[in-house]
Amino acid sequence: MSENHEQTFWTKYIFSTDHKVIAKQFLWLGFFFLAFGGFQALLIRWQLAYPEQPIPWWLLGSLFYEGGFMSPDNYNALFTMHGTIMIFWAITPMIIGAFGNFLIPLQIGAPDMAFPKLNMISFWTMFLASVVLLASYFIPDGPASGGWTSYPPLSTPVGGISGEGQTLWALALTLGGVSTLMGAINYIITVVRMRAPGMTYFKMPLSVWGLWLTSILNAIFVPIIAAGLILLLLDRTIGTQFFVAGGLATVEGGDPLLFQHVFWIFGHPEVYILILPSWGIVSELLAVFSRKPAFGAKVTAICMCTIVVLSSIVWGHHMYTTGMSPLLGKTFMFLTLLISIPSAIFFLNWLGTMWRGNLHFDTPMLFAMSVLWVFGLGGLTGLYNATVTADIYFHSTMFVVGHFHYTMAASVLFGGMAAIYFWFPKMFGKKMNPLLGKIHFWVSFISLNYVFFNMMVQGYAGQHRRLFNPSEYEFLAPINDLNISITTFAMILGFSQLIFLFNFINSMINGKKAEANPWKANTLEWTIETPIPHGNFATTPTVYNGPHEYSNPAVKDRDWISQSEPMPNS
Amino acid sequence: MNETIAIQDPFGKATTGKLAMWLFIIMDGLSFGGLLIGGAALRIAAPSWPNPGEILNIPLTGFNTFLLICTSFTMVMALNSIEKGNQDGLKKFLMLTMVGGIIFLGIQIYEYSHFIMGSPELTHNLAGAGFAGATNFIPSTGTYAAVFFATTCFHGLHVLSGVIYIGCILYAANLGRYTAKNTDRVEILGLYWHFVDLIWIFVFTVIYLI
Repeated sequence: MSENHEQTFWTKYIFSTDHKVIAKQFLWLGFFFLAFGGFQALLIRWQLAYPEQPIPWWLLGSLFYEGGFMSPDNYNALFTMHGTIMIFWAITPMIIGAFGNFLIPLQIGAPDMAFPKLNMISFWTMFLASVVLLASYFIPDGPASGGWTSYPPLSTPVGGISGEGQTLWALALTLGGVSTLMGAINYIITVVRMRAPGMTYFKMPLSVWGLWLTSILNAIFVPIIAAGLILLLLDRTIGTQFFVAGGLATVEGGDPLLFQHVFWIFGHPEVYILILPSWGIVSELLAVFSRKPAFGAKVTAICMCTIVVLSSIVWGHHMYTTGMSPLLGKTFMFLTLLISIPSAIFFLNWLGTMWRGNLHFDTPMLFAMSVLWVFGLGGLTGLYNATVTADIYFHSTMFVVGHFHYTMAASVLFGGMAAIYFWFPKMFGKKMNPLLGKIHFWVSFISLNYVFFNMMVQGYAGQHRRLFNPSEYEFLAPINDLNISITTFAMILGFSQLIFLFNFINSMINGKKAEANPWKANTLEWTIETPIPHGNFATTPTVYNGPHEYSNPAVKDRDWISQSEPMPNS
Repeated sequence: MNETIAIQDPFGKATTGKLAMWLFIIMDGLSFGGLLIGGAALRIAAPSWPNPGEILNIPLTGFNTFLLICTSFTMVMALNSIEKGNQDGLKKFLMLTMVGGIIFLGIQIYEYSHFIMGSPELTHNLAGAGFAGATNFIPSTGTYAAVFFATTCFHGLHVLSGVIYIGCILYAANLGRYTAKNTDRVEILGLYWHFVDLIWIFVFTVIYLI
């Protein structure tokens, strides 16, 4: 292939146009920010549990804060940047950037992305966005602190929080959006135009379905938030007042609610943008480790499409308490609750896949199964938040925090972990240590559930999110002990990720060499030798079978058949 | 398992590049949609909204609109020329399109500078439109001004990008890269340029006329 020309270090590892290298770059970027955002979470938890005690040395307390005590402003910046970083800089690069790049060409039998150079520019734009975001830590007054949603008037200069952190926040997010859009163009066109012969849409693995639908949502909704962010930037830089109203405004006609609308028109699809790849990956892994065809794979794909459509018309459920008319509120409630139908259908499909399967409890399977639990809980508690009457009580409480951490953080991250453990042998050509993987899983799973379940309990008892010092409030005294135990488990959760990090790096260096198809999986990427050569497939594969046809009775001697292998005549 | 092996080529004979440009146009259109609909939402909720004709120079911008539509025509002629293998025609019409784009930008800059510098006439007009005491028309003058500058400037940046884009294609055309059988890049450029023109019709209508 023409791609096999001589490469220098720079073109091979830094400014590479190879989708597999770019995938790893995104993965490392995601790991860095996951650690950073996770560390911020631990600082937040310390403050909530021990508001009057200095942050200890092992959380680097006195390095960041004088005497180890954070101020309320520091605390605001912490939860703002924790949310922003985790959503846009940790799970987005890890799931969409890394696995989108790695899986889409390999699983559809393409030599690379449709636009390899655009792919490279996409990563480096994201890198630039990261630099801008991190730069906000080094300016006077520090980073943005108006919450990850940056509602005006907190985020506008008139009546907002002082400092230019918010400006850099908006700039970084706009740049990140541009990077995402370049990725989205690439992913969509690659799936539409570069599938191998025989790879019809319904023969695509469900992971590709998830990543593709995510890209479509990105392509539709990121431009809209970009428009909103541009308006916010103008408000912050050249003195327009799009989002300023009331006594602080010098001109009339601005509207802070407009930002909330624009933000959530994008923001609600964003949660599906993050979780769709995870759903796809889980659907696929459950089939692999149950050695059964994915139950109702076509229906699962159609349900995901339905959710893509529905997700774009439900943003108002984030805004029930903004004085929305009850009629509009009920409409949004109805549409939101409608999403539970397709969700329930593919949830049952997952159970159907495992039903009477030949279950293998390898680490990826454990993580995939845990997504059923955490997403199930997150989804069910979503019904409370979607219902106007319940939401007016729950709005802005720890219940919401627990809910979206179950759906966005836990489901997406565990789906991503399943993907990392599953595709590590193909990405790096080595095996990960299964025992460490299982320890990592059980410690994470138990501590994560303790943390987020009890956050919902706290919210039910009335504890608001973003409180600086919950021990100040008399009505919260009965549940204050819970803050301490949640923090303990959050520390366990945080530090148990070191097991993962050790396992990951150690396996990369010292791991046993992995064979080409260690999991006996059907999809195309496992037919290539590891490490995968530049250009992927020696000859373009022809696809004969569906992606999840395990234990097909027509295949006599084994329970799998590669997608590119003709089915023996029965 | 008896399905035919080859994939039916979706979307006819469109190349990957052309599909990507279409996708980009959809996304860019949504960005413009965000700005225009956001502006409309502010307008509906605003207690008062000026009559654009009292502040803006409609005939001048009307001429600008006409000019931009003409450049769409020259862009079509550029593609038409190279499809017949006429390289000189391609260069000539690309050049004309580029000059049209530059004049459009020049008039926009003239319009902006007129607003920013201010004049007794502008002060008078602004007072008539409800901005009593304002001596110039800048983004912080009022919500209408903010919407005006945000939307037209966003569009102006698109025209600027388009002019640079035409410059790149013109450079390649000068090297003789395009032939009757290799017109794809010119066609993709055309898609972008027509989109920028089309969206201007919306911007002109929403910001200047109604």
